[in-house]
Amino acid sequence: MALVREILRQRRRRLTLVRNLTCTEGELMMVAGCVDRVVTAWMSIGLPWGVSRVMREHVESGRVYLEEWSHLALGLRLRAGAMGVPFLPALTMVGSDLGVTTGLRTVQDPYTGETLAAVPALFPDVALLHVHRADRFGNCQIDGYPHMDADIARAAATVLVTAEEIVPEEETRRHPDRTVIPGFAVDALVHVPWGSFPHECYGLYEADFEHFGEYTAAIVERGMAAVEEYLDLYVTRPATFADYLDRFGGARLARQRRFARELTS
Amino acid sequence: MSCTAAELLAVMASRQLRDDTTVFAGVGIPLLAAALAQQRHAPRLTMVIEGGIVGPRIEPGRLPISTNEMRAGRLAQMLPGITDVFLLAQRGFLDVGFMGGAQIDEHGNVNTTVIGEYERPKVRLPGTGGANDIASLCREVIIVTPHERRRFVKRVDFVTSPGWLDGDGSRERAGLRFGGVSRVVTTLGLLGFDPETRRMRVEALHPGVTLEQIQASTGFPLGRAERLETTGPPAADELEILRALDPDRRFIG
Repeated sequence: MALVREILRQRRRRLTLVRNLTCTEGELMMVAGCVDRVVTAWMSIGLPWGVSRVMREHVESGRVYLEEWSHLALGLRLRAGAMGVPFLPALTMVGSDLGVTTGLRTVQDPYTGETLAAVPALFPDVALLHVHRADRFGNCQIDGYPHMDADIARAAATVLVTAEEIVPEEETRRHPDRTVIPGFAVDALVHVPWGSFPHECYGLYEADFEHFGEYTAAIVERGMAAVEEYLDLYVTRPATFADYLDRFGGARLARQRRFARELTS
Repeated sequence: MSCTAAELLAVMASRQLRDDTTVFAGVGIPLLAAALAQQRHAPRLTMVIEGGIVGPRIEPGRLPISTNEMRAGRLAQMLPGITDVFLLAQRGFLDVGFMGGAQIDEHGNVNTTVIGEYERPKVRLPGTGGANDIASLCREVIIVTPHERRRFVKRVDFVTSPGWLDGDGSRERAGLRFGGVSRVVTTLGLLGFDPETRRMRVEALHPGVTLEQIQASTGFPLGRAERLETTGPPAADELEILRALDPDRRFIG
């Protein structure tokens, strides 16, 4: 979120956002006018809050194009990028209309002649990642869900990382099996504790579902104006990330930390 | 014992699961159904969640609301990541995939993408997530959904998740090598597909539901199996387990 906040603050324009599960960050980018294309498998906040109103308004009006791939296809696009190959063969997304709208092509197995999906590689210009710990050379370790982060870091041309903790090189060397992104793939590293809040960081803090509830309730009540107000309150006004975290308050952060510990102990 | 529509769905879906199998289950009713099966008749059932989770233990009262948050991965056996969890399915390790959808058609194709045209949607839905992969790569797909006429349409506006496509072997010809929709569990009964035409047919009715009623709630003509069964009503212990899993009734209504 720290990196997303900065993109929002700078009001970058005409970006293509790639993310397999797109949540509040995608909504904020839509309302701030940062993105005109979202490449995703799914976009909304989560099951209890229904279909995203922000997404519906922007996509149905044609202001933002939503390019939909399946989870596996998008994951393989990034893996192909990470592997440095132009495409990967797969057995998914064929036969469906997603294959049509994405322009997915097929390839013939040169050994058996069978038909396979040829999922095209994706090489993002910039990757924004948040990790649990990194050393000063940018070697990154991630706990819990690996998501697609290791592939994204390899596929992207420029890699920006925020870390909960910067650790001495000796610590990386003591547990090299936990390093999932090599330092040479990383272009910039910033120490930002709570850097993905109000979203979760595995084992450290749980996502603040109450906050998402308040956010979506305000949208139901006041529409896109509520998102503008949110951007003002959480992006424009807080001068620093510490000021941003103050908006949530220490008690809230402590509670989310406790929840995470309970869930991963 | 009276129950809500969501409870009925979770119970009927859970009965479809066998012990010693693997199931791809989304959050909400599918995951509740899998957790119920695990506690009641399928203790060695392995749940797989598309956020990249294999074999979690679902904690009563702390049901996950998203497929990739800590609650979903509680005491899991493995957290392989999103791409790799689907590659397990592509390799053939996933026996059953549960899914729902905004629209479902007579050949079991499911739409969770758009109502109307893709380029100019009347309603833009959240999208496939992993549903397309589950429909393409699990050995068997079970659709779990409320039975409503607006959902059961002759042809979906958009094939997000392939069922039997147009029937007559079109699924195989498209390059989908295995799998297909075996069952549709609804609030009115259990449906399946004619093995020849791959058109939807009624196979069992829930207690008190008539064939006329299920047809009236469906936007295309339904076939019927030679032997039409009646499902047993949700048992007290099934409902007790469900209610203990979801004490705030967040998902069971």
